[in-house]
Order: sequence, then structure tokens, then C-alpha cells
Amino acid sequence: MLPLLLEAVGLKKHFPVTEGLVYQRVVGWIKAVDGIDFTVKHGETFGLVGESGCGKTTTSKLILLLETKTAGTLRFDGADIHGFNSTALKRYRASVQAVFQDPYSSLNPRMRVGDIVGEPLRINNVLSASALKERVEEVLTQVGLLPEAIARYPHEFSGGQRQRIAIARSLAPYSRLIVLDEPVSALDVSIRAQIMNLLQDLQQKLGLTFLLIAHNLATVRYMSKQVAIMYTGKIVEMGESDEIFTHPLHPYTQALFYAALPSHPRHRREESPLIGEVPNPLNPPPGCLFHPRCVYAKPVCRAEEPLLREEAPGHTVACHLY
Amino acid sequence: MKQMADDRLVLEVDDLKTYFFTRWGVVKAVDGVSFSLRQKESLGLVGESGCGKSVTALSLLRLVPQPAGRIVGGKIRLLGEELLSKSEREMRKVRGRLISMILQDPMTSLNPVFRIGFQVGEAIQMHQGLRGKSLWDKAKEVLRLVNIPAPEARLRSYPHEMSGGMRQRVVGAIALSCQPAVLIADEPTTSLDVTIQAQYLKLLRDIQRESSMSLIFITHDFGIVAQMCDRVAVMYAGKIVERGSVLEIFDCPTHPYTQALLAAVLPVEGRPKRLFSIEGQPPSLHDLPPGCPFYERCIRRRDRCRENYPAEVEVSPGHSVNCWEAV
Ligand SMILES: Nc1ncnc2c1ncn2[C@@H]1O[C@H](COP(=O)(O)OP(=O)(O)OP(=O)(O)O)[C@@H](O)[C@H]1O
Ligand SMILES: Nc1ncnc2c1ncn2[C@@H]1O[C@H](COP(=O)(O)OP(=O)(O)OP(=O)(O)O)[C@@H](O)[C@H]1O
Ligand SMILES: [Mg+2]
Ligand SMILES: [Mg+2]
Repeated sequence: MLPLLLEAVGLKKHFPVTEGLVYQRVVGWIKAVDGIDFTVKHGETFGLVGESGCGKTTTSKLILLLETKTAGTLRFDGADIHGFNSTALKRYRASVQAVFQDPYSSLNPRMRVGDIVGEPLRINNVLSASALKERVEEVLTQVGLLPEAIARYPHEFSGGQRQRIAIARSLAPYSRLIVLDEPVSALDVSIRAQIMNLLQDLQQKLGLTFLLIAHNLATVRYMSKQVAIMYTGKIVEMGESDEIFTHPLHPYTQALFYAALPSHPRHRREESPLIGEVPNPLNPPPGCLFHPRCVYAKPVCRAEEPLLREEAPGHTVACHLY
Repeated sequence: MKQMADDRLVLEVDDLKTYFFTRWGVVKAVDGVSFSLRQKESLGLVGESGCGKSVTALSLLRLVPQPAGRIVGGKIRLLGEELLSKSEREMRKVRGRLISMILQDPMTSLNPVFRIGFQVGEAIQMHQGLRGKSLWDKAKEVLRLVNIPAPEARLRSYPHEMSGGMRQRVVGAIALSCQPAVLIADEPTTSLDVTIQAQYLKLLRDIQRESSMSLIFITHDFGIVAQMCDRVAVMYAGKIVERGSVLEIFDCPTHPYTQALLAAVLPVEGRPKRLFSIEGQPPSLHDLPPGCPFYERCIRRRDRCRENYPAEVEVSPGHSVNCWEAV
């Protein structure tokens, strides 16, 4: 088995922006993902953190083949997925599953929970009806739901419970890579801890690989081995999770850690940590995309885009300060 | 810490009961909830997934999912007027202007087939009567307020063309544009990065100071509670089991469930081997036992907890709890 499960090289996704009601013409491009490189090792969790709208979900959709790439390469187990024939593609689609941030719209309201969870299994119809039911009950129990949930509809469950249904569905087809897009932000802290413990257990037991997208820094730190920080379609810092969390280098990463909410009402803060506008993806600033909000910005930051380079072993950063 | 709230009561909820009548029986999603809210006050509503926080909020707006859900008892007084005796037509004038809600799921409050500009404009028009260019400008200003880059272009986007965090801010912007007396924010920042979240929370606070708005925060994030709330109510299985000032709740949590919740908060520093969590699952709401619903999972349980639901007892002024073992 290769040590790398997933490899992205120069991955890009640009969305056209159109104007006009009848004759739509393209007036610009949103560079949602703009040339990112990263690798995810077997059995590890890779954390993706970043500003809202920086392209995290788009990246995961490219991996899940829910969007087509503009440029770049994605390799799974060493093979370019865009060269897959239909059998290999079918296998890939079953191996890569997702849990999205939104437990409401991701579950079909007209399907029973049992059918929702069994859906990825049925698509590949490898199991008999009774084995399928058994598997569905097994994964439901694993995520902490009662098997009686099978006969119910999603609307009868709360947000948190629905997210567990989504997690059960992603586990069902014995998947290898699971994209977790804000998997626990809808859960209360105690159930959140249960689910994170469960995900860790499943990872160890089944050798699962996770791509974790989350805004909660404690969650990312706890779950991930490697972390990448994104800003406006680009990776600005990447490395081992413990290293990044103890020695953040990029000013945006530092701002993120500084902005974390207080753990006690006595440590409430008045001022807002970062000033300045979020960059306009239609008309990005020249040079470093972060310079309009950066307290350390120098003339070179306005003129030249910094490239990712290794600052410490395995720790890369794109910033003119280093 | 300064007590910001002034003394005027804006909202009084008394013994509210909202049930769902399903094929599997009656789900007592909200089962005797009482609380009040003062002007400029921020109340945090926390608790287990599925304990009835969102249904409580929807009940205040009389927007309980039909036909299964029904408010079966209680009183809701908003600015002195009883909401439960109002007709649907009268309620429509209350919603948005007097009480407004940022729904937990932004996709259900945005219509996928209309552009953002139309939807924001519609909300503003309904309450402020602007038209044409001035309406468009106002909509742009509202998006800029919540830090959405390139607001002009975004007004032409469809909801699916925006990221999760942008949709969440649009829904927030719509709710804020009407300047309600009471704003209910149901998990308003779950898809925002912490820098944008901090700016957004500051915006809510500034608006609250200027317009004397009262806030109800529904959240799983104790960081938000610590940063934003004056008082906290902790819910479990359709009931409020503990309430008090934010300092009391953080410093002297009394209900075993509140204590366990605070213990389960994951620290940013360090990396524990295994996370603490409360054993077991919350009870199913259509088959609640007569005693304390937390009984099965409680480390301090005794026999009497199984038999009778504990009455509310005051631990200190303004801080009370429903637990037999608290006294
Ligand atoms: N189908 C689409 N059409 C046009 N633009 C899109 C589309 N999907 C995403 N975008 C744009 O791409 C950018 C990145 O969006 P994405 O959803 O990947 O962000 P994200 O990092 O997941 O943000 P969040 O944390 O808020 O969920 C945004 O500017 C968004 O508006
Ligand atoms: N339409 C419905 N039909 C039947 N039961 C429902 C319906 N909507 C909600 N419920 C039930 O009401 C209870 C309370 O749900 P609610 O959405 O208020 O929970 P919540 O506290 O907001 O949870 P979360 O933190 O996960 O959002 C849940 O047990 C849920 O199953
Ligand atoms: Mg996203
Ligand atoms: Mg809810």
C-alpha cells in the first residue's frame, strides 16, 4: 500500500460570473480554488482551515467529483482519477464519502432514514437485502442512534441527530476516505466529544482517512495530524498540526488563533481582532492576498505574491516576512 | 463585567408547551418552558441536540412546523401583548418587526430560485418601504455590514453560488435589517471562521447598544455564551433545567448535566488522549419517564430522581436549578 492516499497538484476551480438576463456574458471569474498542492496520508486526518468562502468546500467537491476541476491533478492511491475507466470510477465514488456542514439540506426529506443510510450501498448493490439492513443498523448504532430510527423520516430528528444520520451514511459503504465538512459544529459539546472519539476509534479500527474541514480550532487540532490554512483560494501555511498550533507563522494563522472566543465570561474582549475587508474574489488585491488586513504589511507585500516555502522541516508558509 | 440590560421586560414566556403529534406518539419537544427577557439583554439557550431549543424559538414566532406540531399550552407575552391569541394576519406584522429569527439552517430561509438581491430587497421593502435604486443601495449596505466582499456582485448571485458562511451572513443581514425588538439567533455563526465570527458578534453587540435590541442566542459554543450572554438557560429533554447569570453558570454550575457539558468543552491548548463525554444518549421525547429525564445518565442519581420530576430551587439570587440533589 502506498503511503499517500490522496494527492492534489496545482488544483484549480474557477467559477464564471455572468451579467445580463437573457444574453449572459462572463464579466469575471471567482477563483474559488487557485492552484493548491497537498497530500493526505493513509489512515491520517488532514485538516483544512480558513476564512469563510476561501474554497474549502469547493476543494472537497472536486475530490468528491461534485464539481469539475478547471486545472490540476488529483491522484488516489497513486493513480490519476481523471484517467479512471467506469469501473474504477464507480469504485472511487464508493470509497470516497462525505459528511457536509448542513445536516438539513443534505438529507432527502422524503426518504426514510434506513434508505438514506443504505443509499450508497444500494448504488453499488453488493449486499443482499438482509445484509444491507444489518449494515444499516450497525452503522446507526455506531453513531449513537437507536435502530428504530430506520423507519423514520429526517424531519423527525433535530439538527444534531440528523448529522449523525449523515455520518452513518458515510460509513455504510466501507469507505476509505471521508470528507468531513464541519461534521460536529451542529452537535452539543458532549455529543461532539462522543462523535470525535468515535471517529478516532473508527479511524484506528478501519484505517480510515479523513479530510476534515472545520472552523473550530480545538476540533481541528484534536483531530488532525496535518493542517493546511487557506486564504482566498490558496494555501498560505501547512504542516504538522502540533507545530502549526504552537508556532503559527502566517499573520492570518496568528490572527485566527488570536480571535478564538474566550473560554470564560471574565475574559471577554471588546475589540474585534482583525480589521479591514475580506478580499473581493472578483477583483483580488495585487501581491499578497492578505496584505489589506495584515498588520505587518510592507511595500513588497503589495507588489509581489509570496510563494509557499519551507520555513522549518515540514512546515511551509507563503509570507514575505520569512 | 457591566450589567447592560435595563429593567424593562420585553418578553415573558410562561409554561410553554409545544408537542408534535406523530404516528409514534406525542413528542414533547417543549414541555413547560418559562423565561423572561429584558431590554438589551442577551440570553444564551444551550443544551443537548434535540432538547427543544429550536422548537422553543419557532414557537415564539408561531412558526412551529405544521401539521404535526402544535403549541398546546402556555403564554408568550411580547411587549405586553399575548402572542398566542393573535391571528396569523396579526402575527405577520409581529414577525420581522418585533421579533425576528436567524434560522439554524440558512438554506431553508433562502429561496434557491431567487437571487440574493431580490430576497434581501423583499425583506427590506416589507418593513421599510424603499423602492428602486434606494432599495438596491440599502441591500448593498446591508451585505457590506455583515462583511460580504463585493456586495454589488453578490446581490446577483443565487444562494448555491455562495459559501456556507456567506449564506449564513445573508440570513443574518436580512433579520437585522428590520431592527426587531427581539432577535433570536439559532447557531448564527457555525460556518464562519473565527475572525469573521468575531466581527459578526461585535456587529450584533453594536446594533444591540444602539437599538436596545434583546438577543436570544441558541448555541452549542460556550465561547459565544462567554463572549455574548448576560444570562444562560440550560435545556434538557424539553425543559429548562438550570438558569442563572453567565458568571454563575460558568463558576458554579449546579445541575449535573450543566457540569458535564462544561467539562466536555474541548480546550484549544493541549491535546487530551480521549475526550470527556456524558455516557449514554438523551431520552426519546415521546416516551419520557415520570422522573428526571437525566436520570439514566446522571452520576448523582438516587431513587427519588426516578419517581418525581424535581421542582425548581433557588441556589442563589437569580440562579435556580431543577435537581433533587442540588440542595
Ligand atoms: N456553484 C458556484 N458558482 C459560483 N461561485 C461559487 C459556486 N460555489 C462556490 N462558489 C464561490 O467559490 C468561493 C469558495 O466557496 P466555498 O464554498 O468553497 O467556500 P468555503 O471555504 O467552504 O467557505 P465556508 O467556510 O463559508 O463554507 C466563494 O466565493 C463562493 O461564492
Ligand atoms: N416536524 C417534527 N416532527 C416530529 N418531531 C419533531 C419535528 N421537529 C422537531 N421534532 C422533535 O422535537 C425535538 C426538539 O427539536 P429541536 O430542533 O428543537 O432541537 P434542538 O434543541 O434545536 O437541537 P439541535 O441542537 O440539534 O439543533 C427533537 O427531538 C425532534 O426530534
Ligand atoms: Mg464550506
Ligand atoms: Mg436546533
